[in-house]
Amino acid sequence: MAFNYDKYLRLEKMPTLWCWGCGDGVILKAFIRAVDKMGWSQDDVCVVSGIGCSGRFSSYVDFNTIHTTHGRTVAFATGVKLANPDKHVICVGGDGDALAIGGNHTIHGCRRNIDINFIVINNFIYGLTNSQTSPTTPQGMWTVSQKAGNIDPTFDACDLAIASGASFVAREKITEPRKLEKIFIKGFQHRGFSFFDVISNCHINLGRKNKMASAMENLEWIDNITMPKAKYDKLSEEEQLNLFPTGVLKHDENAREYCDMYEDIKAAQQGKRGVITQDEFEKKI
Amino acid sequence: MELREIISTGNDLNAIAAVDAGCEFFGGYPITPSSEVMHTISDLLPAAGGAAIQMEDEIAGIAATAGAAMAGVRAMTATSGPGVSLKAENLGLAQMAEVPLVLVNVMRGGPSTGLPTRVSQGDVRQARNPSHGDYRSITLCAGNLAECYTEVVRAFNLADRFMQPVIVLTDETIGHMHGKAMIPTVEEVKKGIVPRKTFDGPAEEYFPYECGPTEPATLNPMFKGYRYHFTGLHHDKKGFPTEEIETCRKLIQRLEDKVMMHTDEIELNEEFMMDDLTGEEGEVLIIAYGSVSLAAKEAIRHLRADGIKAGLFRPITLWPSPADTIKKHTDKIKNVLCVELNIRQYTEEVERVSGRLDIEGLYKVNGRALSPYEIVEKVKEVF
Repeated sequence: MAFNYDKYLRLEKMPTLWCWGCGDGVILKAFIRAVDKMGWSQDDVCVVSGIGCSGRFSSYVDFNTIHTTHGRTVAFATGVKLANPDKHVICVGGDGDALAIGGNHTIHGCRRNIDINFIVINNFIYGLTNSQTSPTTPQGMWTVSQKAGNIDPTFDACDLAIASGASFVAREKITEPRKLEKIFIKGFQHRGFSFFDVISNCHINLGRKNKMASAMENLEWIDNITMPKAKYDKLSEEEQLNLFPTGVLKHDENAREYCDMYEDIKAAQQGKRGVITQDEFEKKI
Repeated sequence: MELREIISTGNDLNAIAAVDAGCEFFGGYPITPSSEVMHTISDLLPAAGGAAIQMEDEIAGIAATAGAAMAGVRAMTATSGPGVSLKAENLGLAQMAEVPLVLVNVMRGGPSTGLPTRVSQGDVRQARNPSHGDYRSITLCAGNLAECYTEVVRAFNLADRFMQPVIVLTDETIGHMHGKAMIPTVEEVKKGIVPRKTFDGPAEEYFPYECGPTEPATLNPMFKGYRYHFTGLHHDKKGFPTEEIETCRKLIQRLEDKVMMHTDEIELNEEFMMDDLTGEEGEVLIIAYGSVSLAAKEAIRHLRADGIKAGLFRPITLWPSPADTIKKHTDKIKNVLCVELNIRQYTEEVERVSGRLDIEGLYKVNGRALSPYEIVEKVKEVF
C-alpha cells in the first residue's frame, strides 16, 4: 500500500508555494517517510527553517515548527536542542540560507557537533528572490545579479561541513528519493550534527537562463554532475573535478555530542565531578 | 518584602537575578562591558540544571535564546550597543512571533565601536525601536545595584505577561559598580513569578494567536502535544503565514495595543525629594534615569543645602514612557532639567509628552560619568 503522508502534513496549507516540478516536494516526502520509519512522535520533533523557498518547509509539516530569520536556522535550533536534549531537532535551509548569510552558524553547529539534523536544499541559486548568485552557483552560469556570468568561486557544502567538524555528512540528489530517505534515516539515527547536502533543481530560476528550462533538463544536469561515492573514489582527480560524490561521506560514531558533553559541565558545576581537563580529550590542540 | 544583603556588581546581579527568576537558558557572546553577565551565568545556570552557551556571534546569541524561549523556557541574553545592533533583526522576530525573552544591554559609548570601556546612555533611543516595523518595546532601566537584580526579575515577568522581548538597560558604571545591595530573598522572587499563560484544552481547539485585541498570544511550551507554527511573517490565529488584509491589520494593531493599553502594569518610577515640590517659583525638577540618577540625587542634596528646592523624577520603565506622569509633573513645575549621558535622547520624549519646548538639558557624551557638581552648576546656571 502506498505511503500515506497525510498524518504528517498540514493539509490546509496545501498546495505548497513551490513551483511545479520543484524538487523540494521530493525532499519533503523523503523526510516524512524517514521520520515515520524512525517512529518519532510528532510532538517530539521540532522543525526549524530559515528564509527562502526552503523556509516554507516548516509550515507544511505537522510538528513543532519555527520559521526563523534568514540564515539563523541552526542558531535557533541550538537553543531548542540544548534546552531539550532528548527531543529531535531538524533544520531545513537553502544554499543561500545555509552557506551565505548563515554560513557562520553552519560552521559552528558542525563544530559543536550538537545533535541537530541539517537538511540543506542545494539548488545552486536564490530561487525565492529570483535568480541571484548563491555560494554554490557554478562559475560561468547566468544569474540576475551577474548577467555577464558568475565569477564567484563555489562552495562544496559537504567539504565545509566535514572540515567544520560535523560527525555525519552525506549528499544525495532528488532523483534518488529512496536513497534520500535512507540517508535521512542514517543521519537521524546518528547522535551528533548530521549534515545533508540535498541537490535539488530550480529550472525556473537557474535553469531557464542556463539551457535547462524544464525540470527534466535540470534533473538530467544534476544526474550528470553527481556520482555515488564508491564509484567516484576510483576516479582520477581530473575526472573528479566536475562531479559531486553522493552517499555518506563521513560518519564518525565516536565523536562526542554537545548536549552530552554539556552534562559534564552541569555535573562539574553541581560538584558531582571535577572540572573538565585536557586529559579527557584525545585531541589536545 | 523580605530583603537580603549582597555584595556584588551590577553585571553579576543581572546573572543572579535571572537564575532566581527561573531562567533556564542563556545564549551570549563576549562584549565589553557586559561580558561578566555571561561569565557568571555560565557558572550559575548549569549548577541550577539549565544551560548557558557562548555562541559564535551576537546574532546567534539571541537566536539561541529565542529558540529556547520558543521551546518554552525562560531565557536571557546580554550584550552592549553594537551587540544590540546585530541582534535587532531577531528582536523583531521575537516581537512579531511574540517570544518572551530578556535582553540586558550594558550601555557603552557609541555609535559604532565607540568607547567600549566607558559609560554612556546612548542606546535609549535604540531600545525604543531596535528593529524595523511597528511594535512597542518594553525597556526597563536599572538606576542602582539593587535594581540590576530587581529589574531583571521584573523583566522576566513582564516578558511572560506580554509575550515579547523585554530590554533591561544598565550601563558601564553600574554594571561594573561593586558594592552592597539590598535585594529580595529568593523566596520572595519565586513567590512573584507569574509564568506565561498556557492553554490546556484539546489540541484541535488551540489557536495560539487567537486572543483579545489587547492581549498577547498564548504560546504553549513545545513538545507537549500542542503543535503550532512560529514565523516572522504576518500570521493567522494558528501562526501560519497569511496576507489576508484584516488579519494583518489586527495583528499589528494588537502588538501595539497589548502594550499601550496596559501601561499601568509596566510603568515604574521613583520620585526622590519631590514631596514638597508644590509648583512654587524657583523649584527645580530634574529628570534622570540609570546611573546618572545617583549623581542627580547627590546634586539635589547639595542644591537643597544651598536653598534650592529640587527633586528628581526617575523613570525606571523608560519605554513605553510614563507619559501622563511626566506631564503631571512638568505641568506643575516650571524649571525642568533633563540629565543624560547622550544628546537629548529622552529629553525629546519629555518634550513630546509634556508639550513643552523649554526643557533644559545637561548632556555628557565623553564616556565619563557625571559628577553631582556638574548638575549643581548647570541648575544654578540655567534657572
